[in-house]
Amino acid sequence: MSAATSLAAGLLAGLTRLITGVRARWVCTAPSTAARVYFANHASHLDTLVIWASLPKALRTRVRPVAAADYWGKSRLRRWLATEVLNALLVERSGGSGSREALHSLVTTLKAGDSLILFPEGTRGDGSAVGALRPGLYFVAEQCPDVELIPVHLHNLSRILPKGELLPVPIMGSATFGAPMHLRPGEHRDSFLNRARAAILDLGEGQ
Amino acid sequence: MNLVWDQQLLILLGGIAGLLILSSLIGLLLDRRVRTESARAVVDNLNARIRSWWVMTAVFVVALATGGVGSVILFGLVSFVALREFITLTPTRRADHRTLFWAFFVFAPVQYVLVGIQWYGLFVIFIPVYAFLFVPVRSVLAGDTEDFLARTAKIQWGLMIAVYCVSHAPALLMLQIPGYEGQQAKLLLFLIVVVQLSDVLQYVFGKTLGKHRILPRISPNKTWEGTLGGIAGASLVGALLWWTTPFTPWTSGAIALLVCTLGFTGGLVMSAIKRDRGIKDFGSLIEGHGGMMDRIDSLCFAAPVFFHVVRYFYG
Repeated sequence: MSAATSLAAGLLAGLTRLITGVRARWVCTAPSTAARVYFANHASHLDTLVIWASLPKALRTRVRPVAAADYWGKSRLRRWLATEVLNALLVERSGGSGSREALHSLVTTLKAGDSLILFPEGTRGDGSAVGALRPGLYFVAEQCPDVELIPVHLHNLSRILPKGELLPVPIMGSATFGAPMHLRPGEHRDSFLNRARAAILDLGEGQ
Repeated sequence: MNLVWDQQLLILLGGIAGLLILSSLIGLLLDRRVRTESARAVVDNLNARIRSWWVMTAVFVVALATGGVGSVILFGLVSFVALREFITLTPTRRADHRTLFWAFFVFAPVQYVLVGIQWYGLFVIFIPVYAFLFVPVRSVLAGDTEDFLARTAKIQWGLMIAVYCVSHAPALLMLQIPGYEGQQAKLLLFLIVVVQLSDVLQYVFGKTLGKHRILPRISPNKTWEGTLGGIAGASLVGALLWWTTPFTPWTSGAIALLVCTLGFTGGLVMSAIKRDRGIKDFGSLIEGHGGMMDRIDSLCFAAPVFFHVVRYFYG
């Protein structure tokens, strides 16, 4: 990482924490440098930034947000932010389960020892509910059984910057990191995905 | 707004420093003597509060030292943080987004600019007239009528309590009092000392003598002993500080009593809001105290009334 991108990363992380007031809350888990998949509910453009910025700096350089290539590759600034500053893994999104190629790049990244930030709902909701999870998470859990899957619940971010808005308001949000999950032996796809979704929802209880 | 750093101001600040040193020593002593688990928690919280008082006092004195502008900026930031805490804990809907943007980035800053340039005529009506009328208009343009009245009222009340009321504290610096020119900083200090001392003494009397709860369903920690002791103690100190103000000793005590009583009611109202929302504190910004709104709830109610009483009788 060059000095310029490192400076930009520091500024971006600081600015994100200032606007959203988010500090990571770790429930039944602690920060770790092991390869992990952080998967969260998705309701705002801030979601990726907030999870990334709330992680300790040492982890930040080893965690790769999974982002849509068609959106983040659009302009030079976006591409630079995504690939250089955030170290994002750009994937082609296609309808349904996501392309096979994209899923394989997730697995390759995890096997190289990096972590991922995933939004298995696929698209941003309005913040009032968590939608059904797409099967990509199941595929990753199956291919990388040793990788810890960390559910993350993001709260209030859709109020800070809702879908379709350009300017944020400084309401305080939170990011809650839960206990690691694994695919159980013989567990079916749907039951695993329901369990993962319930894990996100449980972390949001009482907020 | 150049403030006169006269001897009285220095004596006041010296007195506050003395109180803080005394509290720190008592805290240290209690820390050594405490044995039981529950007492440990109380003493740890007490010492966290005292540490935070040191920091808050230092920030306040630095702000005063810049001659007025610093005080306006400091209270502007206080308002911003308090409004943020208030809106965070008050459910708003998607359609309120643009309205909230105006509240945070237009109404709050403009109110403090009006304090800074000392435009009294607009300062007193800007939020209750212009902002309050604008809020429902902006929200209705977003086309969502669900909970409309409640949503409007919440944003208005947030602006009222966190911005409008708090802005009356630095606005004391714009008061023109014959024979008291350039000394308004002492009025601001008088208000802060009396209001915050009342809170502190209510806490101290409540912890040591408190038995009979006033409104257990709203605020389980407020007792008759703590409240009356705290208000009486702080009013007495207010009377004894008459020489820093344009008041006589008796009126100084009476105004301090008014301010302390308002502060107590402010604490009760904010407690009721917290109960309603099912939370204990507005935030965790100030160690031992909770959020900004938890610290300034009494000031919110005391500042505007103090401002207008002084302006009416002395301005």
